[in-house]
Amino acid sequence: MKILTCPVNGPRPVSEFAYGGEVRPMPDGATCTDREWADYVFNRSGVPGIKIEWWYHIASGTWFYAERDTVADRVIRTWLPA
Amino acid sequence: MPYQLLRFAFASKHPEPRMFRTPERLKNAYDAVIIGAGGHGLASAYYLARDHGMTNVAVLERGYIGGGNTGRNTTIIRSNYLTPEGVAFYDQSVRLWQDLAQDFDLNLFYATRGHFTLAHTDSAVRTMRWRAEVNKHFGVDSELVGPDEVRKAAPQIDITCGGHAPILGALYHAPGAIARHDAVAWGYGRGADQRGVEIHQQTEVLGINVEGGKVTGVRTTKGDIATPRVLSAVAGFTPRVTDMVGLRTPIYIHPLQAMVTEPMKPWLDPILVSGSLHVYVSQSARGELVMGASLDPYELHATRSTLDFVEGLAAHMLDMFPFLSNARVNRQWAGMADMTPDFAPIMGTTPVEGFYLDAGWGTWGFKATPVCGKTMSWTVANGRDHELIKGFNLSRFERYELTGEKGAASVGH
Ligand SMILES: Cc1cc2nc3c(=O)[nH]c(=O)nc-3n(C[C@H](O)[C@H](O)[C@H](O)COP(=O)(O)OP(=O)(O)OC[C@H]3O[C@@H](n4cnc5c(N)ncnc54)[C@H](O)[C@@H]3O)c2cc1C
Repeated sequence: MKILTCPVNGPRPVSEFAYGGEVRPMPDGATCTDREWADYVFNRSGVPGIKIEWWYHIASGTWFYAERDTVADRVIRTWLPA
Repeated sequence: MPYQLLRFAFASKHPEPRMFRTPERLKNAYDAVIIGAGGHGLASAYYLARDHGMTNVAVLERGYIGGGNTGRNTTIIRSNYLTPEGVAFYDQSVRLWQDLAQDFDLNLFYATRGHFTLAHTDSAVRTMRWRAEVNKHFGVDSELVGPDEVRKAAPQIDITCGGHAPILGALYHAPGAIARHDAVAWGYGRGADQRGVEIHQQTEVLGINVEGGKVTGVRTTKGDIATPRVLSAVAGFTPRVTDMVGLRTPIYIHPLQAMVTEPMKPWLDPILVSGSLHVYVSQSARGELVMGASLDPYELHATRSTLDFVEGLAAHMLDMFPFLSNARVNRQWAGMADMTPDFAPIMGTTPVEGFYLDAGWGTWGFKATPVCGKTMSWTVANGRDHELIKGFNLSRFERYELTGEKGAASVGH
């Protein structure tokens, strides 16, 4: 990947972006166990695959989603959070 | 032409013995299976056989010996880490290195060069002073030095780094060393092989059988094996293997790249590291400058190289050594680094009985190869964590007891 398409600004060089990690559901801190919370804080799905991730366009301050193949490094689509 | 070569030319058979046997096929059962024939897996096999008398052991490797991060790393060996656990562990490793060549009867090109971590800002100087004090407290040879000492050790350096990042001081670690990475894998491999361990290359582990919370065997591309003990030492492939036994871990994979120049006459004796400039460099026994930078910025399960990397690293090298502007880059490559949130490894027993983990070695595990072999073989043979690795168990995360080596490991290797 050399170019990433920002949903607001269009295709830009990847050096303009920061990676925010995989999108993961957050458990309810008030009701979940310490163990569930630790799992959320630390553990990751480290296996390769097609993942939905957070990306940030630094110049315009835009956070958005990207669906990416983490083996081929190919972005399938990008979109703004609803 | 050297006589040795002439002998090769006229011999009908290969006159030198091979480093390893190539076993015909897998046995039905082993006392232990080690996944991954990198330095860590082979060292564990070696000490299992040598120190614990376990020789009915198979090392399974999907590619070839040392073809993973062991053969891709920039071979910096040091022990000036930040936490008590880290310093004690790496110090033991540096000691083991010193007589390894004798142990193997193989030249490892182990060269003590001295290691400078350069500080370009006041806050970096403060961190260096802190690290020096922690190190000294544990008897590790480490001190804060000024720019003059840096200039004396590397006279070609532009101490102002192009005027925008002047070197204010450095953490100097005299035992810092480099070694020949392939020879380390071969030495451990040959030693294990000679003691009866089987090394199966081109044999990929596809699955691990677990019954009632206990390991019972592994499934491979060359057939199934029964075994009560599996050690995973697969670096950048760790999440795929932990998935096979249903374990969740904090490990994530980012590539780490490196490159070398064409060989030149020896001019750089010490190893230099600059966190601010994202550069580390040493000159190999062959005369190449071996260089690296920081981790690639996002998850990727591939060993592709990028031009950005070469451009960025070359620019920073020129800040330090402007006279290199005519030097050519010969090769670049990448490895998949298995990273953890606290920049410390994950080692030892796991909730799955008989499944042992040696992982999370990211960008800094080559130096730990001997001590990992020593402590992991002990752990596999005894079924509990060796004293030196207790702080590195996977369970530390659910107890929120992180080790906190980031300050010392992030670009330092
Ligand atoms: C560019 C770069 C520079 C580095 N620089 C330094 C440095 O200067 N100093 C330092 O101390 N460390 C450094 N490191 C880190 C160091 O290289 C690693 O931490 C260390 O080599 C890991 O060794 P290992 O034996 O655990 O893994 P590896 O050498 O990666 O071996 C793992 C093996 O497992 C095999 N495998 C994976 N999955 C399977 C499977 N399913 N079945 C069978 N086999 C499998 C792989 O093919 C591989 O050969 C660097 C790393 C990189 C990438």
